[in-house]
Amino acid sequence: MDFTFTEDQLSLSDAIHKFLMVEAAPELLREIWETESGRSAEMRAKLADQGLTALSVPEAYGGMGLGDLDWVLIQQELGYYAIPDSLTATAYLAVYLSKALPEDSKLKAHWLPKIADGSARVAVGHPINPFVADAANASLLLLWHADELHALRPEEATLTLNASIDSSRRLYRVQWTPSDKTRVCGAEQGRELWQGVINRAGVAISAQLLGLAQRMLDLGTDYAAQRKQFGKPIGSFQAVKHHLADVAVKIEFARPVVQRAAQSLATGHPRAGLHVSHARLVAGEAARLAARKSIQVHGAMGYTWEADLQMFMKRAWALDATWGDAIFHKARIADFVLAEGAALGPAETFTH
Amino acid sequence: MRLEYTERQKKFRAEVREWMTANVPKQALSSFDTQEGFEQHRAWEAKLHEGRWSAVTWPKELGGRSCDLIDWLIFEEEYWRAGAPLRVNQNGVFLLAPTLMEYGTDEQKARFLPRMAAGADIWAQGWSEPGAGSDMAAIRTKAILTSDSQGDHYVINGQKTWSTRAVYADWCFGLFRTDPDSSRHHGLTFILLPLNLPGISIRPIKQLNGLPGFAEIFFDNVRVPVANRLGAEGQGWNVAMATAGFERGLMLRSPARFQKTAQNLVALYQRHREHADRDPSIRDAVLKSWMDAEAYALSTYQTASRLVRGGHIGPEASTNKIFWSELDLLMHETAMRILGARGELMPEAPEAAESAPWLDGFLFAQAGPIYAGSNEIQRNIIAERMLGLPRA
Repeated sequence: MDFTFTEDQLSLSDAIHKFLMVEAAPELLREIWETESGRSAEMRAKLADQGLTALSVPEAYGGMGLGDLDWVLIQQELGYYAIPDSLTATAYLAVYLSKALPEDSKLKAHWLPKIADGSARVAVGHPINPFVADAANASLLLLWHADELHALRPEEATLTLNASIDSSRRLYRVQWTPSDKTRVCGAEQGRELWQGVINRAGVAISAQLLGLAQRMLDLGTDYAAQRKQFGKPIGSFQAVKHHLADVAVKIEFARPVVQRAAQSLATGHPRAGLHVSHARLVAGEAARLAARKSIQVHGAMGYTWEADLQMFMKRAWALDATWGDAIFHKARIADFVLAEGAALGPAETFTH
Repeated sequence: MRLEYTERQKKFRAEVREWMTANVPKQALSSFDTQEGFEQHRAWEAKLHEGRWSAVTWPKELGGRSCDLIDWLIFEEEYWRAGAPLRVNQNGVFLLAPTLMEYGTDEQKARFLPRMAAGADIWAQGWSEPGAGSDMAAIRTKAILTSDSQGDHYVINGQKTWSTRAVYADWCFGLFRTDPDSSRHHGLTFILLPLNLPGISIRPIKQLNGLPGFAEIFFDNVRVPVANRLGAEGQGWNVAMATAGFERGLMLRSPARFQKTAQNLVALYQRHREHADRDPSIRDAVLKSWMDAEAYALSTYQTASRLVRGGHIGPEASTNKIFWSELDLLMHETAMRILGARGELMPEAPEAAESAPWLDGFLFAQAGPIYAGSNEIQRNIIAERMLGLPRA
């Protein structure tokens, strides 16, 4: 029993943290909003330089061959800096789907190296989400149809943009016709694969929500330490302190749940889906509380377009409902906890 | 990361489970806040000691098993899973002992720890005073060093209050002002004293449940040998902070206890589901209880893993206290909502079998956000030491 990360895992995420601190300043994110695609080729190239596009691509296809547990710390950083890029769909979800295909699959041989070197963007669509993020900007769409996996080019589909309150998101209604030509994998294998996608998206989002919650807490703390009223920093008043302390508590107790869910995916734990839904719910709760408390501490400034808090709040609100909203995830918790003979109570936390 | 137990850990769990199955009393003991129940719980401590289970994290030569914190968590899981009694010597085993091991002389360790492990000495706390609650540095009870023909003694005058277990306990540990001209956290000294010394009088304080779970202790020229001082004179604040750190940290409330309550709550809900589901917020609270109890367990395993690898507990320990005390309230409030009009029955009522443990826990849960540093104090600590916000 050892619930710690390796030095390598920690130093990689630390390096990414320091890198993004310089390369993903809020002013830059605002500039990227203004572009049509909402994505920046320059930023993508920098992420690829850091090895992030290659992280879980197998070494045989030009990647680093790392896994779910390595991703979770990186995802916390992507959340903390609200990175506007389809990195997760491309380098985590699409790689997971592609890896599962047979060795002679053209899709696998063609796309994995391009994902690894950062030149391909992949959008992943499943009916758990009404829209497909970044579909127009993708080189490849991987789509669900009746539990099957289909692959097509964006030109082969009709895409309709639906604007999001998060200025960095590009959401599309995708209309397309499934055919033998687009089918990559049948329903029997696909069913399990799509569950794997939902769970991996779930861990990625949970980790990003943790990062976002931490960022909103940091912004609120900085503001409260600087803003003076009644001759003192407002952060010296207990009513303000306690708002922020409550957020710190939520983050502390969400983090291990999220990290355990990643480990459950990495080891193929039979209750991984339960662990992911638990992670989604507590990380969502932490991020929503961080948003609420941080805007309160910011006062009227928090309600403005100008204050950076908005970009992290909106990202958190939006992400929290994708790849399974709280209704979906709570139902998975209820299915386990309320089942007859459920393994609850002390000594069951790590059992199979 | 490896979230599976080793073969050795599995064997250890099996050993604990076997012993608990054979030895946990079939019938619940009386409350340790009665004379009869106190002695029943003392006998249970002695029984645990016979099996070398009373202080598993202590070194073997002091009656423990030199368990690391992961083993301790396994032990606690099996302890609560078996429905074993509350620990009457918690103040001693979990709070004072780690401090004694850090600050005590070899002679003090030999004198106090084996008797503590055996349940021969049950310990009470002596922190708060009428004018020193959340503001512990306002302590005024004096202990003045005096030399005479009988050697060096502290002569203690003043009053402690809210002393947990002091009505029936044998010994007490606490902070006293040894420098009468000092103020705040200077000039305080950590002293251990038997509660039967001449000049000590104890006035029980009835708690919400009508039982004297804590007491006032009055000191009238009480003489305590200087050998009972823990750590250096005037260094009591630092010694006490170590104790408070342990208290807030891992050992005061192991996650297994809350997981057991959450499990019981799910069972209660299932038995009354038809009625309870007429208010959907109850189901939601039941699910949240299970999730939060699991989160608390995961967090503790993560902290324990870090400590086993040589890490330290920092100010984030203050988040624990807030989390478990609020969880305990949530679970018991939810149970009381499910029990409805049966919830108020006293334990001796003929129809209280199902509800009485919940009422007892509900009352105790009210104390959680208050004792061991109120949750407001914990939030200040988090804001100032973890987030770095300015002091008032």
